[in-house]
Amino acid sequence: MPNYELIQQDGLETSLLEVSMGPHHPSTHGVFRMDVKLDGETVVDLKPVFGYLHRNHEKLAEAMSYLASMPFTDRLDYFNSMTNNWAYALAAEQLIEIEIPERAEYLRVIMSELTRLVNHVSLVGFFVNDLGALGTPLLYAFREREKILDLFEQASGARMMCNYFRFGGLRCDVPEGWLDRTREVVDRFPKFLDEYEKLLCENEIILSRTQGVGNLSKELAINAGITGPMLRASGVNYDIRKVDNYGIYDRFKFRVPYSKGKVGDCYDRFMVRMLEMRESIEILKQALDGIEAGPIMGNAGKVFKPAKAEAYGRVEAPKGELGFYLVADGTTQPYRYRVRPPSFINLTVLQDMCIGQQVADAVIILGSIDIVLGEVDR
Amino acid sequence: MSLLGGGIFKGMAVTLRNFVGSYFDKERLTTKEYAWRTDDKLPERAGDYPKEEAEQLSDTTTVTHYSRNFPMLLHDEGEPMDTVRCVACQICERECPPQCIYIEKSKDKMERGGNKAQFYPATFDIDVSVCMSCQICVEVCPFDAIVMNSQFELSTPDRFGGLLLRRDDLLKSNDYYHKIHPEEAAARDKRIADEKAAKEAKKKAAEEAKKKAAEAKAKAEAEAKAKEEAESAEKPAEAPAPTHTDAKKEDNGE
Ligand code: SF4
Ligand code: SF4
Repeated sequence: MPNYELIQQDGLETSLLEVSMGPHHPSTHGVFRMDVKLDGETVVDLKPVFGYLHRNHEKLAEAMSYLASMPFTDRLDYFNSMTNNWAYALAAEQLIEIEIPERAEYLRVIMSELTRLVNHVSLVGFFVNDLGALGTPLLYAFREREKILDLFEQASGARMMCNYFRFGGLRCDVPEGWLDRTREVVDRFPKFLDEYEKLLCENEIILSRTQGVGNLSKELAINAGITGPMLRASGVNYDIRKVDNYGIYDRFKFRVPYSKGKVGDCYDRFMVRMLEMRESIEILKQALDGIEAGPIMGNAGKVFKPAKAEAYGRVEAPKGELGFYLVADGTTQPYRYRVRPPSFINLTVLQDMCIGQQVADAVIILGSIDIVLGEVDR
Repeated sequence: MSLLGGGIFKGMAVTLRNFVGSYFDKERLTTKEYAWRTDDKLPERAGDYPKEEAEQLSDTTTVTHYSRNFPMLLHDEGEPMDTVRCVACQICERECPPQCIYIEKSKDKMERGGNKAQFYPATFDIDVSVCMSCQICVEVCPFDAIVMNSQFELSTPDRFGGLLLRRDDLLKSNDYYHKIHPEEAAARDKRIADEKAAKEAKKKAAEEAKKKAAEAKAKAEAEAKAKEEAESAEKPAEAPAPTHTDAKKEDNGE
């Protein structure tokens, strides 16, 4: 805690109040605890406490075959199982030479952009929920999310724990008519976004509660290793889809929204996500136009046994850079398996953003980071 | 935003439009009706779902044709245990990530569908309170014996025994599989048939090749014999000595 002088008034004894928010607090998006020190309503210190959802994911993966870890990656960020799958598949595919068929690449992009829509639309709902607008925006968000989850279910068999990607391709092809249904959903989505923006973006209460709250400077964001929409909201134009061009992202034309010259407050973070959804729709349209029939699984053998090597695969997950680091020792199990979770690293600047703010704002700052505890604690 | 509170009113107009619109347009509804819940027949308490009804209910939801829940064991037409495809090779048990399958191999072997006699599972349990519906077991099974069921009405008041599916609970016919996952089942059947045909063709080809080789050998032998005979007929005086010793050697060997 920095040197802090209590507000003194004549004849009044004041002291700091320590409050433990969480782990079972509706605003903490899971089992997460914030130890806050308050002077009145002002946050003077904040300590994030996590680990309540630790599941030993990394160590477990070292005792399992490479493929067997794939379903567990779904459970990291359970909103975005498709991008989790992709990051892990990318890392593993570096260990052995696998050719990925064209159709699989397209489907990977489609799945991952649909995931981005799911994540951002519900994040905005949750964020407004944290502001106190209980229900309505979140329900609208979930209504749209449901349509995409139906698509996921038809393709992979599950709504959230998709377990759809495989080393060298995808587990199975999408059923007949799936692409048309997807196109329908994608075509309708901008209409919903228009409505959603009308509902939220001009609302004076949202503006006054989010603007200038939880500023994150560009320097701090870069130094702390922040990635994803949060980094772009602080004014850094950095998107792994553009930097790495993994998969076939170099074939699509899309812009990366970032807030140039802004302070990087909660409102910027909210708007970056709203704009990103529009770009995802652009990518989806191009991908749906470009996809052709063909095989969806490469020449991967049944047994995955890479030689001694290291690999790091990363994707632009909706929450930021999601990376998997694998060390292979020539057996069927990885020697080391490490996840670089975006929400965990984005969470590290929570204290810096909250100090000096009101305690009610700490809740929305946390909401604007977009964390999922399954990924933070692993 | 010139008028203070204008944004709020705009938002409220959206809410109103959604509220009124939801009476005319299903797309605007924030809730979803399950196709099978039209008759208000909710069970009184957990575990009250009759099994057959649950199967039938699970079958009629809109997207279940693709969805997966927990594994089931396939058997072909006939008595379930006589035609069960599983040969208790235990690959799935080994590969299942959360280790929720328990298999005991049978002591004796059983013949199925005219194939070589194989083991069968004496015990095959899946603890569905642990199973995470990942489908890895389906992918690794080399005999297409285990596939995903889509039945989800499994709630039970018994936490341990009720959630441990035994072999006989898991056994489902191929017809049932066709009913719940028509596309997938058709593709799988086609693949099995193709593989079988390919195998048979290979076997046939191998047999033919063998036959041909045998024929060729016989022919060659016959030719050689004929030649030998011709040769021996040509030179009767010189040939006998080695043949004689050879025959003698063979006699000794025996
Ligand atoms: S679905 Fe996954 S968890 Fe369930 S039994 Fe099969 S391999 Fe195990
Ligand atoms: S279900 Fe398949 S993999 Fe599992 S024991 Fe039976 S035959 Fe083997």
